Amino acid sequence: MKLETRQVTKRYGDFLALDGTSFQTGKDARVVALLGPSGGGKSTLLRVLGGLLLPESGEVVVNDQPLPHEPDEALKTLRKNGFVFQGYNLFPHLSALQNIVLPLCAVHGFSESEAKERALELLTRLGLEEHFHKRPAELSGGQQQRAAIARALAPKPDLLLLDEPTSALDPVMTGEVLDVIRELAEGGQQIVLATHEISFARKVADWVVFLAKGRVEESCAAEQFFEQPTSALAREYLDGLSRYR
Amino acid sequence: MNHPPTRRLLWSFALIAAVSLGLYITFAAVHYSWNWSSVWGYRLQFIWGWFTTLGISLGAMVVSIIVGFALMIGRRSTCMPLHLLSTGIVEVLRGSPLLVQLLLGYYIVATALHVGDPLVVGTVLLGCFEGAYLAEIFRGAVESIGASQREAARAVGFDTAQTYRYVIIPQAVRRALPGTTGQMVSLIKDSSLLSVIGIEELVQKVRIMNSSSYTALEGYLPLAVAYLVVTIPLSWYARKLERRFAYET
Repeated sequence: MKLETRQVTKRYGDFLALDGTSFQTGKDARVVALLGPSGGGKSTLLRVLGGLLLPESGEVVVNDQPLPHEPDEALKTLRKNGFVFQGYNLFPHLSALQNIVLPLCAVHGFSESEAKERALELLTRLGLEEHFHKRPAELSGGQQQRAAIARALAPKPDLLLLDEPTSALDPVMTGEVLDVIRELAEGGQQIVLATHEISFARKVADWVVFLAKGRVEESCAAEQFFEQPTSALAREYLDGLSRYR
Repeated sequence: MNHPPTRRLLWSFALIAAVSLGLYITFAAVHYSWNWSSVWGYRLQFIWGWFTTLGISLGAMVVSIIVGFALMIGRRSTCMPLHLLSTGIVEVLRGSPLLVQLLLGYYIVATALHVGDPLVVGTVLLGCFEGAYLAEIFRGAVESIGASQREAARAVGFDTAQTYRYVIIPQAVRRALPGTTGQMVSLIKDSSLLSVIGIEELVQKVRIMNSSSYTALEGYLPLAVAYLVVTIPLSWYARKLERRFAYET
């Protein structure tokens, strides 16, 4: 997978979330980690890369294909991707199973029985086979997040985009979810991951994009980033995070 | 809310008995000689009035839900004329007395449109009036579904129509239910105003009954009971529906 942005800007009201952001990953990056301080633009960049948010200006290029600018075309692109967010965002009125089945049937043209089969296969793989009939409120945070991952994986997405998937979880649940993500990465799933879990990023990522204040400060192979970050901001950030662990 | 059913039943009976006793003492303290026999002769009129009220209310409920939904969509629309028009309609309908709307609506608007049947006109006018309130209840419910749910819906690939159908409306219905029930109970009671355009619904029947049997108050006790017979089961059914839609968020 190759990701690229050219002079991308995105604003929320007066706040400039992405300020002429440009970067390019290597040709065959498989797991790209978006790192950087909070409010630096990680989540926005992740949404822009997945086609969930349309930038005001600039180009986003995924595997040498520029992403469309009009909402209807963008919807077609984003349907090829899977998203997982920080706050689970399952639909609270549906069971874990229905959360997965509904988009498969309504968006991806699965029949009810095909969709159920696929959903149960994934829920079993992620250790939720006993909880498929439960609504999100009856699941723990870690279980909810695994159900959200199952929903994102169900239509076999080209890209799996995870926005701080463990930020709302305690350490034990964080471990459960990171295990799942690592297995997916090792299984060859293409992943874009915005995270603060530096040691996890170090283990699974092969490319790192470091953002601060809406700009990409550094975009390089993961090994290089963790060994010898070139930008001062990145060094400061890594030092700050490793101080207590 | 989870009391054991027997204790709940016992308390209900005790409270009903206490209130009945209180009412009895109050009524006995006033020296009014009740004359039930002369009222009894009008029972068929009373029942006919009750069915008229019921029919109008059911019709107006359907109208009000359609009107309320349409006005809610209009108020949320990004098309400015539509938004302004819907907002204006809601404000006028909610801000002016139903009595005025009935009189102007029947004697001016319906006459101009050559619609003569007071039952039809009354049902539609009542439905529009209550629909304006429902529009705001619906809008509150829809807007209470947070941005993160909309984003999640977009992220799984739903278009706008699918987002409403699968994500927003199912969740909004549950949040709109308590307010909607209250509005339906109001609607049933507000239907008594339709007597001003010559519809002989329940209240009007009781007035006629009281004046032609030379009694003053006898008709009003059965009247209250006749309304409660409808409104209490309605509230009960709504609570049952709420439980069916219940889920933690």
